Amino acid sequence: MIDREQVLHVAQLARLELSEDELERMAHELSGVLDHIERIGELDLDEVAPTSHVVEVENALREDKPRPPLPREVALAAAPLVLQDGFAVPSPQA
Amino acid sequence: MSDGAATSPNDGLDGFEPVIGLEIHVQLSTATKMFCSCPLSFGEPPNTYTCPVCLGLPGSLPVVNARAIHFGLMIGLALECELAPRSSFHRKNYFYPDLPKGYQISQYDEPLCRGGRLGEVRIHRAHLEEDAAKLVHVGTSGRIHGSDVSVVDFNRGGTPLVEIVTEPDLHDPVRAREWLELLRTTLRQLGVSDVNMEEGSLRCDANVSIRLGGSVALGTKTELKNMNSFRFLERGIRAELARQAELLRAGEPVVQETLHFDPQTGKLSALRSKEEAHDYRYFPEPDLVPIQIDEDMVAAARAQLPELPAARVERYESEFGLTAASARHLAFRVELGAYFEAALAELARAGDGHGGVDAAPVQIDPAVAQQLANWISGELVRRLGEEDPADSRVAPAQLARLVALISQRAITAGAGRQVLDRMVQQGGDPEGIVETEGLGAIASGDEALAGVVAAAIEAHQGAAEKIKAGNAKAMGPIIGYVMRETKGRADGAEVSRLVRAQLGLEN
Amino acid sequence: MSDPIALSAAEAASRVHAGALDPAELFDAYQSRAAADELNAFTWVAEEPPTATAAMAEGPLGGVPLAVKDLFCTRGVPSQAGSRILQGYEPPYTATAVERLEQAGAPLLGKTNQDEFAMGSSNENSGYGPVLNPWDRGRVPGGSSGGSAAAVAAGLAPWALGTDTGGSIRQPASLCGIVGLKPTYGAVSRYGMIAFASSLDQAGPLTRNVTDAALILGQMVGPRDRCDSTSLEFPESIELPTATRLDGAAIGVPEELSGEGIEDGVLRAFEETLHIAERLGATVKRCRLPHAPHALSAYYVLAPAEASSNLARYDGVRYGLREEAETLLEMYTRTRRDGFGAEVKRRIMLGTYALSSGYYEAYYGRAQRVRTKIVEDFRAAFEDFDLVACPTSPTVAFELGARTGDPLAMYMSDVLTVPMSLAGVPALSLPNGMSDGLPTGFQLAGPPFSENRLLDVAFALEQAIDFDAVPARA
Ligand SMILES: [Zn+2]
Repeated sequence: MIDREQVLHVAQLARLELSEDELERMAHELSGVLDHIERIGELDLDEVAPTSHVVEVENALREDKPRPPLPREVALAAAPLVLQDGFAVPSPQA
Repeated sequence: MSDGAATSPNDGLDGFEPVIGLEIHVQLSTATKMFCSCPLSFGEPPNTYTCPVCLGLPGSLPVVNARAIHFGLMIGLALECELAPRSSFHRKNYFYPDLPKGYQISQYDEPLCRGGRLGEVRIHRAHLEEDAAKLVHVGTSGRIHGSDVSVVDFNRGGTPLVEIVTEPDLHDPVRAREWLELLRTTLRQLGVSDVNMEEGSLRCDANVSIRLGGSVALGTKTELKNMNSFRFLERGIRAELARQAELLRAGEPVVQETLHFDPQTGKLSALRSKEEAHDYRYFPEPDLVPIQIDEDMVAAARAQLPELPAARVERYESEFGLTAASARHLAFRVELGAYFEAALAELARAGDGHGGVDAAPVQIDPAVAQQLANWISGELVRRLGEEDPADSRVAPAQLARLVALISQRAITAGAGRQVLDRMVQQGGDPEGIVETEGLGAIASGDEALAGVVAAAIEAHQGAAEKIKAGNAKAMGPIIGYVMRETKGRADGAEVSRLVRAQLGLEN
Repeated sequence: MSDPIALSAAEAASRVHAGALDPAELFDAYQSRAAADELNAFTWVAEEPPTATAAMAEGPLGGVPLAVKDLFCTRGVPSQAGSRILQGYEPPYTATAVERLEQAGAPLLGKTNQDEFAMGSSNENSGYGPVLNPWDRGRVPGGSSGGSAAAVAAGLAPWALGTDTGGSIRQPASLCGIVGLKPTYGAVSRYGMIAFASSLDQAGPLTRNVTDAALILGQMVGPRDRCDSTSLEFPESIELPTATRLDGAAIGVPEELSGEGIEDGVLRAFEETLHIAERLGATVKRCRLPHAPHALSAYYVLAPAEASSNLARYDGVRYGLREEAETLLEMYTRTRRDGFGAEVKRRIMLGTYALSSGYYEAYYGRAQRVRTKIVEDFRAAFEDFDLVACPTSPTVAFELGARTGDPLAMYMSDVLTVPMSLAGVPALSLPNGMSDGLPTGFQLAGPPFSENRLLDVAFALEQAIDFDAVPARA
């Protein structure tokens, strides 16, 4: 179960604006999915190590050798708003 | 190594004991960024050092820079940390324009280094992560209606960082500053970073709390962010300690918060948090695989460790017989240590530091070494301030010869100070300056000196009476007279002997 | 000469190599079909063949054009991952997998439609409209690589590249009656693949037959990609399959994945294929994957959790959609509100919740432990069996709109494909019959790097099944 307040909090963390309708629907739908998911709570997993990755590799390291960066016009090409050769955003502290 | 202030740094805290821990971010001086092959940027035009990875473009993937691991291990060894046999990266999730992927790749429960020590401060952990980009406020723009605008420059984004977290082992702001200076020196010695606070390659946050003296429980701590000089660190902590003490005196609680110190006003203000609800949702970075630290990697890091300040202090004490304070002063400022050792080499070469000219290995007379150390950390630093003496007009060999002249009593210490003034201002050999300025010491038994002493006694009859009455301190004005008359060329001990002799006293 | 569209990719390549087929003509034939696509399978179609077609023709892939799922970055070509938030986005670089295939002689024909950020099992979650199933345009092609599957099934492309996170290659291949292969996790570079769930995403081919799959897979794997830390060197080269018999092959049929909840027609086709395998000399026995029933739950924690983080970069700052606003916070929340579709939002919410303070251990931590058990289950099964087999999808293609109102019902579409994804093992879907006029799929999975074995067994079955149905071609 997940209630409306929790949905609102999670939406804030995820930077999603949800309308009142969406909030209600999301709470309902997520609760249904979570009910199903919570069946893994039945398993005894105390002694089981978590798996983050199925590949058994380590140390995929890169040599510290520079490669040419992107030309600035390419880096900025897809930017919604460019000012002073940078990516412009509303100031965070505003 | 207190700066000699008469008042204790914790005055005014009414018996509250400060508890200070530091979190230091160090930009590593690798050739490329932490997770991509872009070169590190040093003030290049904005957004010229980027690639799909450090711009967080869709589909791009990070790959760990091997040298960043190597530097991390060197730091771990230098800080006497336990190096993790297995280390991994996590994602720290939050939204901010300087964070292109919406998460920072950092280390969480498997840091590269844990549990070390530098000086009297224990190290909690040291881990690797990537730096954020630079966000520059540019004021208002018509392009974004009615709001202030900032622009992001991703050149810095992805620069390798080591975050070093100390235990809360510091108890006064001066020591905090001094310890950070020691850390800077250590990192500079390692050659892993430029460690420049003004340029941001060394950044320090402080966790500050106070508690009643003798209490074990920690008080509520606040976090002081990004004080960008050693002086501001000290002043910021001092201001925060005072603020907390005042709150507690007034019976008000200290609130856990992040504060920003404004050096202009000396005031502390709360920083607006990056995320109202701090929930970074750390989870293992699925785009990277774990780092397995093997013996070869540790051996390679160990092989590149230079002599570190702590070891250097020990060597200065045991090899040259320096006092602990003197050894620390020279060892903690790498450039002073280097200068000291270059000057010592000159003394040894000239054979002035010991009895025999050709004796090997060269033994430096501890008294001479100590005198040299004192001249460097005292007289020379007083004249040069923060400047690296290697960049000054005074070559180490020249200073060594000056100290030799003094130790051989060819000139007096007072004359030596005058010679050093000239050397610092205009350069030149000490011998030449002594010659042209006529600063050579007046030889003992010099008739002229006896005459000057007689004149001094004549001019200070009162003082002479007091000396006769047994007050040795009254000698001051008479010696001062002689020194003025001889431009400091007279030897103080010799003058004192002559005074007593002329007054008919025992020497 | 014969219609080049009727040729399999491998046949076309060998004709090109023999000088019997002009690669430019081949490209044009497919280009005009793709451009006239009525299934909404393509989001972008190349206007003309690349200038290097002649050189490409000499490569092992013979200049046979390739359809590529939208989420692969292709330089200067829209790469939108089926999302409005990336509408018109043209990356400055090309994904390693696509680049390797281009170098091996497969020119880019077009980009194919998909569920937004690969989240879906029906292609109805695309920001660019649903893809229609060429067998029945009232039905879904499956997803998320629905455009790739539909294009290959309808003869709009000789072969296609897809990605599989929880079944996104195998399930649409099954629903469209073609071959789909999800390789061992790490075998194909993920560099340049717009990420859904990093620890599960894997690129693979969708092809008309097993030989085509082997031919193209051989050019996707090989030395590890230094740009992808999780990529692995493939220990051997991929051979074109030749097996006609299955003597000595031990095939396990997991109880948990071959009974409950599977449509009769699908089950019937599955049993028939098992009989064929036995006839060819294989031994077929029941086996257990005890934790498989929990795979879907674990998957719907792990994949959304990773996705919630992978999709944080779509913030309106550097590329893609942006809704201007006075404050930064509003700029973020509105951009993401307008740019993401409902399913993507649902999964971001689910994943954010599963990672959030106080819930991590109950959801994410537990799911990771379930994953461990599933990996162990497969390892144990492969001690007794060379391969395991089960249907690919519990149903044939369903009607458009049938499951859009019920997320959980939609998630159930992945119940037979998700376990292999969690275990990271290779799995292939082979068309094995028809049920109610719609194709069914037979899934084979093997231990890591057993692709050659998988392809060989699938090839022998393919010859024996002789599935020759094709959807009516326009
Ligand atoms: Zn870069």
